[in-house]
Amino acid sequence: MDVSQYLQIFIEESREHLQNLNDNLLQLENNPENMNILNEIFRAAHTLKGMSGTMGYNNMQKLTHTMESVLAEIRTGNVSVNSKLVDVLFKSLDALENYINVITETGKEGTKEYKALISDLSSLLESKGEKIKNEVKAESRVTNGSITLDSSETEYIKGVLNQGKKVYTINMQIDEGCLLKGARAYLITKNMQDFGEIYKSNPTLKDMEEEKFGFDLSFIVISLDERRVFEEELSSIAEVVKVEVIDFISNVKADDNKNEVKKEKIVTIEAVEENKQDEIDNQDEKTEEKSLDDKKQLSSKTVRVDISRLDNLMNLVSELIIVKTRLEEEVKTSESNEALEYLERVTTNLHDAVMKVRMVPVERVFNRFPRMIRDLAQNLSKSIVLKMTGEDTELDRTVIDEIGEPLIHLLRNAADHGLEIPEERVKSGKVKQGVINLRAYQDGNNVVIEVEDDGKGINYDKVRRKAVEVGAVSAELAVNLSQGELLQLIFAPSFSTADQITNVSGRGVGLDVVKTKIEALGGNVEVKSEVGKGTKFIVRLPLTLAIIQALMVNIGKERYAIPLNIIQTIEDINVTDIKHIQKRETILLRDKVIPIVRLGRELGVSEEKSENKTNTLTIVITKKGERETGFVIDSLIGEQEIVIKSLGKYLASIKMIAGATILGNGEVALILDINMLV
Amino acid sequence: MNNEKVINASEVKQYIIFNLAEEEYGINIEEIESINRIQGITRVPKAPTYINGVINVRGDIIPVMSLRKKLNFEEDTFTNSSRIIIIKKQDASIAIIVDKVKEVVGLDSKSVESVQESNTKIGIDYIKGVGKIGNRIVTIINISKLIENIEEELIVGLR
Repeated sequence: MDVSQYLQIFIEESREHLQNLNDNLLQLENNPENMNILNEIFRAAHTLKGMSGTMGYNNMQKLTHTMESVLAEIRTGNVSVNSKLVDVLFKSLDALENYINVITETGKEGTKEYKALISDLSSLLESKGEKIKNEVKAESRVTNGSITLDSSETEYIKGVLNQGKKVYTINMQIDEGCLLKGARAYLITKNMQDFGEIYKSNPTLKDMEEEKFGFDLSFIVISLDERRVFEEELSSIAEVVKVEVIDFISNVKADDNKNEVKKEKIVTIEAVEENKQDEIDNQDEKTEEKSLDDKKQLSSKTVRVDISRLDNLMNLVSELIIVKTRLEEEVKTSESNEALEYLERVTTNLHDAVMKVRMVPVERVFNRFPRMIRDLAQNLSKSIVLKMTGEDTELDRTVIDEIGEPLIHLLRNAADHGLEIPEERVKSGKVKQGVINLRAYQDGNNVVIEVEDDGKGINYDKVRRKAVEVGAVSAELAVNLSQGELLQLIFAPSFSTADQITNVSGRGVGLDVVKTKIEALGGNVEVKSEVGKGTKFIVRLPLTLAIIQALMVNIGKERYAIPLNIIQTIEDINVTDIKHIQKRETILLRDKVIPIVRLGRELGVSEEKSENKTNTLTIVITKKGERETGFVIDSLIGEQEIVIKSLGKYLASIKMIAGATILGNGEVALILDINMLV
Repeated sequence: MNNEKVINASEVKQYIIFNLAEEEYGINIEEIESINRIQGITRVPKAPTYINGVINVRGDIIPVMSLRKKLNFEEDTFTNSSRIIIIKKQDASIAIIVDKVKEVVGLDSKSVESVQESNTKIGIDYIKGVGKIGNRIVTIINISKLIENIEEELIVGLR
């Protein structure tokens, strides 16, 4: 047995507890008197302490222990909740998160001890420090061990003693709140074995491993080391409430002639202890059952599954869809039609089901934002409230993992650039407290996430000036730019209109990163802003990355797929309608000037194939943000559900291709990355 | 290091012998995933000229490379006997096109000699050794070295 097998569980559960602590601490800050919240915090902290101790992460345990002491004092009413206290507790949570991060990477907790933080925490306790120490001492009372030795075993021990080795009886008690008793016992025996040999133990080592014991452990250990060594080593182990090391010599000597009597005594003691133990066990079970019941009411039954298994399942479904498409193309008799339709329905449902399994609520990303906004507000000396809606909106797991960073950027921007300082807000007739709305909702095959602030809005003149300054546009052009066009500019690299660079934002690395990231996920980002009223960023993301609806088109003799979600309309136009504006081909469609791209030329499809002799051109109009572009294709094939496959690492850097898909006939068609072609 | 071991150890290894522009080459069979007939290759825009495109191999998209073009031989000529050899690679497989796959032979390591100088069109870097089958001479290609090189070229070249 090894503690490392618990590592993954430890990390996952610790993160959950930390999130829980963060949420509750935020609530506590607003409702300092609420005992329920405090109890919840205390429970989570206590569990964290126990878990970290069990895993042998002593620094982490030390920190949580100190936290717990502070929390206990709040509970008894000796210390009151104030913002300073909450700050220190938040800092402790950050420190704990750091520990977890280091553990995730290296499996060890690292050497950082956060001494300053611990002393901050301890100072909150003021004079309570003494009391705690006393309590710890008082706990280490002495009780009897419960190991019986038969005469041959006693003989053996005597022999060992005669060889000059030392024999100790060690009685230990594990904290009743200990979660992984087995792991804890393992740690204890492992520590003992570093210094000596365990001759006998109660319970047996095997039972310990299987967690078949209460909280008391007794050992007979043969060693060359002094008693002190064991006392020190063993009491340094976390969650051990009692360590008692007795020289076996005295036992043996005293017992020599009264062996019989002692045995009886021990038996009675054992019996009593067993009874007690049973009682405790029963109680434990009862409380456990009760808490389980409570939990059941809160959450439905769940299974943790490794993401790679889900990926595998998804791949298989993808294969199935490819075969289905192939069948549809090849088998076109009337009697098979019905069966095919049925197959179609089943595969579609299967796909939906697998997709749902991979879906995670955005809450997973959102839940860290309230804490972040609180810290930001404090940093920026602003009063900010974050209102979140639609946390239960679901997105594919792969998207969820990537979306956090861009959203953080947007929220920071809103807090820093968007919202004004309180005085300014009051001056312009607004309430002091700024509001950031974070909304998520599903819209067809997309999930939309909006970040909206009620701040001062984007200053168009400033953007115009800045654009000329960084050389994004020439001064003459800048004057004629519309508001919409100016808003596009803020997504350009190294563009920031903040006058001052704060440590929150303003270094101009924000929005272009946001844009690139979201586009890499197959989504897009828009911005709307009204001077004096606020700014709204609208992020649109695909529900899934693996299977999409696409329009299949012919370009020359080649086939390409264009994702359906960005296609606006398909138009047939006359060649003579093409106008040249600034050397670019454009068409005028419903009073809009739309630039056109000849895909055949862009993709290097050999000319004679793509040569279009007729007078009409088929154009696919795509919309990306506010921008529309027309793509000239040779002919349409039709709509199809396609499975996106990567081009592999050799060809991944070809920008205009987003991936590939396998057609029904087994051939490969490439998926165009329209964002790279406009 | 590994290659030397292969040559020194006295054991029989299986090699796939194929033709490329009139000459005979061999690849250790352990490095090969499968040999396929030429199937529909989809051209990839903006890819290097020696990448013919991509194919579908049991659901995976695999780039196909023309060995002829890569090694600056003359142009591709696909015939009925042209074959696609898929080279096993842990993270990303790659396929090469050869003129003809002739046979599988077992070569005793004694009959594979290391060479100091290349007398074929392939650079000495990519040659593992020269094997004798009767009175024919076969150049054993160090395919992993070749692939490694391409990998670098492609990734750097496309950036």
